[in-house]
Amino acid sequence: MANFFNDNQDLKFHLHHPLMKKIVALKENDFEDKDTFDYAPVDFEDAMDSYEKALEIIGEISADVIAPNAESVDHDGPQLVDNQVVYAKGTAQNHAVLTKAGLIGMSLPRKYKGLNFPIVPYVMAAEIVSRADAGFANIWGLQDCAETIHEFASEELKAQYLPLFNDGATAAMVLTEPDAGSDLQAVQLKGQPITATYDPAKDTYYLNGVKRFITNGDADIALVLARSEDGTADARGLSLFLYDRKDSAVKIRRIENKLGIKGSPTCEMVFTNAPAKLIGDRKMGLIKYVMSLMNSARLGIGAQSVGLAEAAYRESLKYASERVQFGKAIITFPAVYELLRNMKVKTQAMRSLLYETARYVDMYKAYIFLAEKRKLEAEERNEMKKYQKLADVYTPLLKLFSSEYSNQIAYDGMQVHGGAGFMKDFPIERIYRDARITSIYEGTSQLQVVAAIRGVTTGVFLGRIKEYEEISLKPEMEYLKKMLMDLTTQFESTVNLVNSMNDAEFLDFHARRLVEMAGNIIMGYLLLFDAIKDEDFKNSAEIFIKKAKSDNSEKLEYIKSSELKDLGIFKY
Amino acid sequence: MKGLKIIVLAKQVPDTRNVGKDAMKADGTVNRAALEAIFNPEDLNALEQALRVKDMVDGSTITILTMGPGRAAEVIREGLYRGADNGYLLTDRKFAGSDTLATSYAISQAIRKMKNFDIVFAGRQAIDGDTAQVGPQVAEKLGIPQVTYAEEVVEIKGKEVIIKRRLERGVELVSATRPVLITVHSSAPDCRPRNAKLVMKYKHARTLTEQQDASEDYLDLYQTRPYLKIDEWSTADIEVDDEALGLSGSPTKVKKIENVVFKAKESKVLSPSEIEIDELMRELIENHTIG
Repeated sequence: MANFFNDNQDLKFHLHHPLMKKIVALKENDFEDKDTFDYAPVDFEDAMDSYEKALEIIGEISADVIAPNAESVDHDGPQLVDNQVVYAKGTAQNHAVLTKAGLIGMSLPRKYKGLNFPIVPYVMAAEIVSRADAGFANIWGLQDCAETIHEFASEELKAQYLPLFNDGATAAMVLTEPDAGSDLQAVQLKGQPITATYDPAKDTYYLNGVKRFITNGDADIALVLARSEDGTADARGLSLFLYDRKDSAVKIRRIENKLGIKGSPTCEMVFTNAPAKLIGDRKMGLIKYVMSLMNSARLGIGAQSVGLAEAAYRESLKYASERVQFGKAIITFPAVYELLRNMKVKTQAMRSLLYETARYVDMYKAYIFLAEKRKLEAEERNEMKKYQKLADVYTPLLKLFSSEYSNQIAYDGMQVHGGAGFMKDFPIERIYRDARITSIYEGTSQLQVVAAIRGVTTGVFLGRIKEYEEISLKPEMEYLKKMLMDLTTQFESTVNLVNSMNDAEFLDFHARRLVEMAGNIIMGYLLLFDAIKDEDFKNSAEIFIKKAKSDNSEKLEYIKSSELKDLGIFKY
Repeated sequence: MKGLKIIVLAKQVPDTRNVGKDAMKADGTVNRAALEAIFNPEDLNALEQALRVKDMVDGSTITILTMGPGRAAEVIREGLYRGADNGYLLTDRKFAGSDTLATSYAISQAIRKMKNFDIVFAGRQAIDGDTAQVGPQVAEKLGIPQVTYAEEVVEIKGKEVIIKRRLERGVELVSATRPVLITVHSSAPDCRPRNAKLVMKYKHARTLTEQQDASEDYLDLYQTRPYLKIDEWSTADIEVDDEALGLSGSPTKVKKIENVVFKAKESKVLSPSEIEIDELMRELIENHTIG
């Protein structure tokens, strides 16, 4: 039987990172659940074994059910019937099987019927599902909303709604409006905003207005960003609400016809006096809760991108090995094997960045939840802050690189297929279309740069890179580390060069270049560390670091020849 | 209605659906080492029907019964992962070499010992022998009704069980009185997946023999979690006549095994011209292959 977890050794490799010992210890809090829940682990090895076993189930369902359904789901798509979304047959089957397998609400605590999984194995599950069908991965991945409810909602709401996830409840994050896309502060500024009015007698808010481009908008549980404060026009007037589909006060007006991820319904929602419950505190909707939700979602897009890249690489490798031209399999030609190897190197690099980021998120979130149970020691608080800072800048870095890489890999994958890849006969054309959204939604690449540049200007990336330098390597890999150290010096002087101009627009103009220079060095190190534990990564590290050197040098050259007045010649 | 006591007969079989080149030994017998051991596919269909009955009638329990070597305990664990409640492994050297007659005798005696069962489910047949005999023979020996080729348990009304059968030319609805044995066809719904929580709950479930294996790390768990014990029965635990077991109890004798290799002797290559295709069509119509 095919299995998308067992057939990919890189996954087990990343799952068994040394930091997992600490993550599991924090998450399980001395295995306190072992006498209360019969499925709770009794020790570290038991927990890791449970993660593997759950991932094996995901791997099997992905290979045997979700991947075979992907083509028909892409073709049929969801339908709008009586203002409600009806999933494609394959989508409904995928969801039903995953629900029966108990794989929804994986990261929730056991008291809410969850599996209490850390982020690392949860993200890995998302990668595996995305490899099978990136569009379906959206529907499954919206269980992220459970995490937001868990983190911020009242105990009553948590007790009422969280256990539903394990029974298969679907979710949606309802943020975008016709005139509030990247700029969510603009929610309700123009057009037909949602307004929330409070009915103190019923402890219920009523939502009115229109939301647009909402993934899985007809879900059982919707987290809705709405303006609760009359007369406000900025982020501080927005709160987050929970709408229950059972209240039947929302009409789905249309389902978008999209380029890719066609199985995932993108809805326009009309709220008419829709009753909703407040999540957490008023006015914190965008400032705090949606920011947190977006960070989980961006990590999810990272996983989706890696899954797409893995699928594209595998399809292309298979095709290139079987396709014969000029009397030889095309993989034997340098132009083709270079493409393929670079696809693999990028996939490995982005995957290493994905799990590095996931570990940071795990570390600080585990502390947050632990802090609800007991007072953290000073050292623990420092560690929490450290990892939160790292997660804050690694998450946009991951989203930026992984989504762009998955697009490049899908593009190259189609190139390997030649004309055949342009036809509907091979999955690569679907992968190519599905990948396109990754660098757009949950914040475009351009907006990821806006978030990630803080990692450059505050020195968080550089600080982490300096810590990476301390890790010792085998002597035969020292030359690669030397290259990365040179690149780091070069990066520092480039940052200084840009800063010396003392101009915000100039920094914005070159921000992406600076972020990418940092990202190249970081992924170079991550691949090098992978190579310590597994020789297989050595070639990938070498290829990646050499490419990083040429890439970063090009960026430096470009920045060096750039002056303040040059910005003008680009202007509209 | 009171919960039903359901027994599912399951067999661990070599995965003959994925046969590699070393699947058969030189002497024509199955090379079990080269084939993965799996839960017999139609037994999984049977398990799904059992689980659906359990979903229909609150308080029902499902027991997996399997006969085989020690490693067949894996079949019981697979059942537990999907929603069965417990399992019995029938294992003894004296069972070795049993044909369907000896096997159904041993299984029926084990079921007798379990008492008070309502429904026994089994797959129609196993993919290693393809006999479809064990289920019906067990019913005969227990003296209970049997319904074969079942596709769905439609309804349970008191003592009456309504079952849809898949037959060559259609379907048939039949009614049987409990206790009943039902063999399930592969056209029945696929079995549900392993459930993550159940896998975590039961992954340490072991037979006594397995627990004694020195490599087992979680011995202390068996004290506090009794559901982790998989029962093991030998001939001593069930009432059997040893003569009716194993080779001595098996009248089936394999005379000869032949390797059948299909050869394309009479293949004919046509050029893609209208005339040749017309000629072929005429020939096929004349010899009644088509038309």
